[in-house]
Amino acid sequence: MQGSTIDPAKTDLNYHHDGEAAAHHEEHPDHRLFGILVFLAAESMIFAGLFVAYLTFRVVQPVWPPEGSPELELLLPGINTLILISSSFVIHRGDTAVKQNNVAGLRLWFGLSALMGIIFLAGQVYEYSNLEFGLKSNLFASTFYVLTGFHGLHVLCGVGLIGAVLLRSFKKGHYSSQHHFGVEAAELYWHFVDVIWIILFFLLYLLH
Amino acid sequence: MTQAEMQASATQSSYSVPSTRKWRDYFSFNSDHKVIGIQYLVTSFFFYLIGGVFATAMRTELATPESDFVNPEMYNNLLTLHGTIMIFLWIIPAGSGLANYLIPLMIGARDMAFPKLNALAFWMIPPAGLVLAGSLLIDAPQAGWTSYPPLSLVSGKVGEGIWIFSLLVLGTSSILGAINFLVTILKMRVPSMGLNDMPLFCWSMLSASGLILIGTPVLAGALILLAFDLLAGTAFFNPTGGGDPIVYQHMFWFYSHPAVYIMILPLFGALSEILPVHARKPIFGYRAIAYSSVAISFIGLIVWAHHMFTSGTPAWLRMFFMIFTMIIAVPTGIKIFGWLATVWGGKIALNSAMLFGLGMISVFVIGGISGVMVAAVPFDIHVHDTYFIVAHLHYVLFGGSVFGIYGALYHWFPKMTGRMMNERLGILHFVLTYMGMNLTFMPMHELGLIGMNRRIAVYNPEFQPLNILCTIGAFTLAISTIPFLINAGWSWIAGKPAGDNPWRGLTFEWQTSSPPPIENFDLLPVLNYGPYDYGSGIRFPGEEIEDEETNMEAPPGGFMPPSESRAGS
Ligand SMILES: [Cu+2]
Repeated sequence: MQGSTIDPAKTDLNYHHDGEAAAHHEEHPDHRLFGILVFLAAESMIFAGLFVAYLTFRVVQPVWPPEGSPELELLLPGINTLILISSSFVIHRGDTAVKQNNVAGLRLWFGLSALMGIIFLAGQVYEYSNLEFGLKSNLFASTFYVLTGFHGLHVLCGVGLIGAVLLRSFKKGHYSSQHHFGVEAAELYWHFVDVIWIILFFLLYLLH
Repeated sequence: MTQAEMQASATQSSYSVPSTRKWRDYFSFNSDHKVIGIQYLVTSFFFYLIGGVFATAMRTELATPESDFVNPEMYNNLLTLHGTIMIFLWIIPAGSGLANYLIPLMIGARDMAFPKLNALAFWMIPPAGLVLAGSLLIDAPQAGWTSYPPLSLVSGKVGEGIWIFSLLVLGTSSILGAINFLVTILKMRVPSMGLNDMPLFCWSMLSASGLILIGTPVLAGALILLAFDLLAGTAFFNPTGGGDPIVYQHMFWFYSHPAVYIMILPLFGALSEILPVHARKPIFGYRAIAYSSVAISFIGLIVWAHHMFTSGTPAWLRMFFMIFTMIIAVPTGIKIFGWLATVWGGKIALNSAMLFGLGMISVFVIGGISGVMVAAVPFDIHVHDTYFIVAHLHYVLFGGSVFGIYGALYHWFPKMTGRMMNERLGILHFVLTYMGMNLTFMPMHELGLIGMNRRIAVYNPEFQPLNILCTIGAFTLAISTIPFLINAGWSWIAGKPAGDNPWRGLTFEWQTSSPPPIENFDLLPVLNYGPYDYGSGIRFPGEEIEDEETNMEAPPGGFMPPSESRAGS
């Protein structure tokens, strides 16, 4: 048709799926980071709902914690908390590294973060296996396991994301000071998991 | 440039080749927002028919006081599936379908912000929906669409498990969709379009997306805990194990009250598009209508416990929720008056789209009024769990949402398919739907007031005469879909070619071909006119406005929006 400026390649119905997609993204600003933030805001509402449910149980029950709940050991979860909080600083160094085109630094700091995440998870598994109560013991026990377990699942996802970034960093030129959306997304997610844990630690262990 | 010239020149420059999609594209993982929009609409209409069959079966059973057509257990299955399907597989995805199709076109974008995520969100729906509807063949849920524990914990593990699974998947899909809508509306508008230049449909989708993102995750949290109670034997909501079923109700309604706005806001938006075009007048009070959507969202988040007035909610709390529920009527009323003032004095084209639009206002208002009635604690305690509630919710969800979806389909069908729908069949469809709707649901008000409980298969014979009226109405509604299906199917294949802008609309979606090309516009459109500047022509002084662009002579009573309340000013 006259006056057409359409690129014939773009009339291919599947062009979003193939290499064109990358070129296409250059045309408009990248909104993926904003999308991740919106996603995390929604995700935090699940935790908000669960936290408020837990607090309501506390208020409504005549006795809290319900009879027969043993005191929680604080040492191991305390160390775990320190590990997770420090990992947020570690992962940020990876982000700083990639912004200076230092991919080796990115690998080092992200690898360290993933390791800290795995140590956290191992600590949690160890704690579960040494607790005197089970999932169905009472209302506190159930909320404890579901909340920490649901958070643990998020830590696992975070480790997975960090692992994916590590894998991709071995592809030559995948990350650079200009292109590092994956790095930033994984870091944001990791901070989110960290903040949720701090609230969780306060609610379940300190408020106990 | 006059509007006519602009529209004529837009026709030349904004597109080259109308899209010709193969039918296979609609069954594939395709990232084009227009394909996904139609996928959503067709899929949700398919589930609407299934939910409608269930409703017709229930009404057939209720034609007599005894349980003769289906047994009570089957009746429980039907009512649970009917409610769940109509909400989560018809109205909400139909709204998403319109949003997917229209948002990028209306703001001059080439696609949604995250096209693949968009396709993923859609493809979660068919499996979840088929599993849910198919559960009728194995073991369907029985605890109603609200699924309150402890009832839901004792009425069958398989059915309830399927229900929870489906809702988690559908909720995730809804959240992913909302992320896309929000980011697209906020970030992808053409540079010349500010927030206050957006078509009102975008404002309403912005508000609805916010509600989805805040509310749906909380429902997911409740469903996770319910699933543990059901499958792992915990007792979060089970009083026999020390749990508290009221907590479930709070979490459930924290989502499910906003869900009524998630279901109605997109259609409020669609109505705001339909009315000015077919009345040839500027929308009255652009900002009032736009911001009232946002206000509805905010207030809608803090009224959920009005569903729990009989759940032992303390009196002071009931007072709070009653007052805020009544306050929601204010922004909603602002919209209604804005729409009435929009059509007032315009020369109205009474075509199918407009009939459904005006019909929507007329029946939605009845549902709104009964909504204020049930917001009052003393009255609600009287009619709680009776057919009065059923009448109220169908006036807003059928009279509001379904009429709105039909209006939107008639209005944008020419854009989506490039072909006009048949007006006679459309008017027949409207008349049957309007009569059937009122015949089905109006007598339910009276039934509720004289004490007939909802969710029962067997009732006191004194209620029978009114129930027969409802059943006749339901059959009328079932029949009313036939002219629509014939019309849609036939027009899609062999309807009169529509041209690019059959309604002479001013929003961007009318400035490209019908159906639009793959990337919507060859050259991105520029905002020369506000979305509703019909006949006002004040935005660019000295320019001539073609007569045919508005049918309006001087409207009686000066019912033109003041210039400062127009879009973009
Ligand atoms: Cu409500």
